[in-house]
Amino acid sequence: MSNITHDHHDHRPSGWKRWAYSTNHKDIGTMYLVLSMFAAIIGGAASMLMRAELHEPGIQFITDPQFYNVLVTAHGFIMVFFVVMPALIGGFGNWFIPLMIGTPDMAFPRMNNVSFWLVAAALILLVIAGFIDGGAGTGWTVYPPLSSADYHPGMAVDFGILALHLAGASSILGAINFITTIINMRAPGMTFHRMPLFIWAMLLTAFLLLLAIPVLAGALTMLLTDRNFGTAFFAPDGGGDPVLWQHLFWFFGHPEVYIMILPAFGIISEIVSTFSKKPIFGYLGMAYAMTSIGVVGFVVWAHHMYTMGFNVETRAYFTLATMVIAVPTGIKIFSWLATMWGGSIKFDTPMLYSMGFIFLFVVGGVTGVTLANAGVDMAFHDTYFVVAHFHYVLSISALFSMYAGFYYWFGKMSGKRYPEWLGRLQFWVTFVGVNLLFFPQHFAGMAGMPRRIIDYPDAYAGWNMISSWGAYISAVGGILFFVVLYKTLTSNVKAEANEWGVGATTLEWTVDSPAPFHTHEVTPNIIPEPAE
Amino acid sequence: MKKNSDLLSKLLQKFSSMLPWSVALICMPLIQTSYASEPQPWQWNFQPPATPVMEQIIDFHNLMFFVEVGIVLLVLGLMVYIVVKFNSKANPKPTKTTHNTTLEVLWTVIPIVILIIFAVPSMKLLFFMEKAQNPEMTLKVTGNQWYWSYQYPDNGNFEFDSNIIPDEDIKPGQRRLLEVDNQVVLPVNTEIKVLLTARDVMHNWAVPAFGIKIDTIPGRINETWMKVTKIGTYYGQCSELCGVAHSRMPISVKVVSKEDFKKWLKKAKSEFASSDNNKMLKLAQLKK
Repeated sequence: MSNITHDHHDHRPSGWKRWAYSTNHKDIGTMYLVLSMFAAIIGGAASMLMRAELHEPGIQFITDPQFYNVLVTAHGFIMVFFVVMPALIGGFGNWFIPLMIGTPDMAFPRMNNVSFWLVAAALILLVIAGFIDGGAGTGWTVYPPLSSADYHPGMAVDFGILALHLAGASSILGAINFITTIINMRAPGMTFHRMPLFIWAMLLTAFLLLLAIPVLAGALTMLLTDRNFGTAFFAPDGGGDPVLWQHLFWFFGHPEVYIMILPAFGIISEIVSTFSKKPIFGYLGMAYAMTSIGVVGFVVWAHHMYTMGFNVETRAYFTLATMVIAVPTGIKIFSWLATMWGGSIKFDTPMLYSMGFIFLFVVGGVTGVTLANAGVDMAFHDTYFVVAHFHYVLSISALFSMYAGFYYWFGKMSGKRYPEWLGRLQFWVTFVGVNLLFFPQHFAGMAGMPRRIIDYPDAYAGWNMISSWGAYISAVGGILFFVVLYKTLTSNVKAEANEWGVGATTLEWTVDSPAPFHTHEVTPNIIPEPAE
Repeated sequence: MKKNSDLLSKLLQKFSSMLPWSVALICMPLIQTSYASEPQPWQWNFQPPATPVMEQIIDFHNLMFFVEVGIVLLVLGLMVYIVVKFNSKANPKPTKTTHNTTLEVLWTVIPIVILIIFAVPSMKLLFFMEKAQNPEMTLKVTGNQWYWSYQYPDNGNFEFDSNIIPDEDIKPGQRRLLEVDNQVVLPVNTEIKVLLTARDVMHNWAVPAFGIKIDTIPGRINETWMKVTKIGTYYGQCSELCGVAHSRMPISVKVVSKEDFKKWLKKAKSEFASSDNNKMLKLAQLKK
């Protein structure tokens, strides 16, 4: 047929137009990844400034405590909305959903482009929010009345609200795109129960986004009108209630933490299976464990608010509901271990990061069970113990899955093979760094150190000093990552189409490396399910 | 390198300079019956409990702690075993096992059993700490940017503010960021109902040794209780981000014998004669 030659003609615009106007899932995915790295530098710099300030008791160099609060806020927002989400969802999701389900591109390529540029605009607004009118020093939770016009009179919080609105709109568009693509465009033969777990994870994440983000958008709009148009949704003197904000925020906020970690589950599942040279253990259990985590994740939000004074029955409910989540999470952990059991494992960098992920997630997970109990939470709430907990489960776990996914797929994306020894070095530096950084925070928190303080009583000096050294080591790991990036892109070592061998069975390994501009032009044929 | 060792030695110096009064603190209970509950350098556990609630929190936490450490060690052990036994050199031929119903049922059911074992004491603790049975007196706490106000509604209804002692006025032996000008004084072994609210933004009144941490929210009055069983001085800090001086609104509670409390009340009533603030608070209460 004559159109075969036509198919191979790349309609690839050149120069800046290729990127700015891009409707190609791979280019958009790349842009998301670059944005995420750029944002990680800003968010990481904020962490380093905070840790340097906390290195010793007393004020070191941040003379304006408001600036410290701004750093706390910016660090949280940037890491959640502009590092983890763009990398795991926008980056790897865009790149590998079409490749793994055997379709040429996303369902709505132009909407995909809009999604990306909305995030880019949102990042700019958020950075402005950090520098205008003294910055937004509200924490990423933006609790009123602190975030109301009386206590943050400048434009900073408004810029922050608009930034989140844009990022939220982008996420909703992206979620619609992902859901449509995954439901309608899978290669024939790829039933729901035969999708790679990464695709399951992305589908669930997209549903969580679709259901959670509108609630945040509503709450943000109410805050915006409270601040600027005289409404009193959250103002007690006008009949409103600050606690309403907490409910709305955490109704979004709790699913949000699963939005960050479900894609990580997907990536880790792929990598563990590939490197063990075994299919994933308990595939259906894994898929439905993720589904139940997603569903239950919507009915546990108030465990973030145990100290705000609910009646005891409500706290009892949220305690029990929260503990339920430990069960599917346990299924995932043990299924990963069982996948490795009996495998023939090669411990390349992606696998090292995956094992690191599993360990960190278990450490953070068990402290999560502790914190789920409203009773003991009285001792832990808003202390560094909580900081340690959530950095273990979602920040460094998400980071490890990002690194893991990057090393796993970098050959596919760039066509070059990263230097293995440098990757492993980068892993060990990061692993030591993050544990040194966050483990001592459990102790400081148990001893009573509150979160979000620029200066602490002298007794906490020891753990904070270790924590700060851990932060510097983690930063070295971050710099090493950029060295790996540079070394790989400038090297001549080509990555094969399937660089991981027999264990790599998903469809992205059937196309060349680097993946051509257009892939799966001929629909791949999935062997039909054997009759049982 | 040199800079690092300088820093280290500086810190070591700092610690050693703190040593004398840490020793003094440890010895204090021996010398007199009162002691202070506060964080210690390199402390890696809870502060000593001073209320039945905190004792129960610690007991329940210990139960969870040992099970959780066991789980982490189990996973770590399995991972080490996997690394040793199932690396590509030791085990060149992977198995094809992808299912084992017994295992899958076990690792679903065992966590459920563990969670039920946790849930029972958790619920007991939660309902125990909820409300005082027979409160003998009431303390009202109000959070302000950036100090606490304390009111004794059923002991003369006087109110006073409790401000941080700034770093430059800290005397040797005082705890930086923890000392206040006017401590809350409370009687020992007395069931005390605590009402909490805030005047501007949200704050959180937290005293680790009491197992108390409650948000103070404008427009709302929260309630908790405590029964401190040891005479002494207790320290806590605001635990909800409340703006610029969030790290500078400590809580200091002096728990004295019932007789000393009566003496203090007499003195305090004259010292902190009712101020205009009280009227504002009553208004807030009426609104509620």
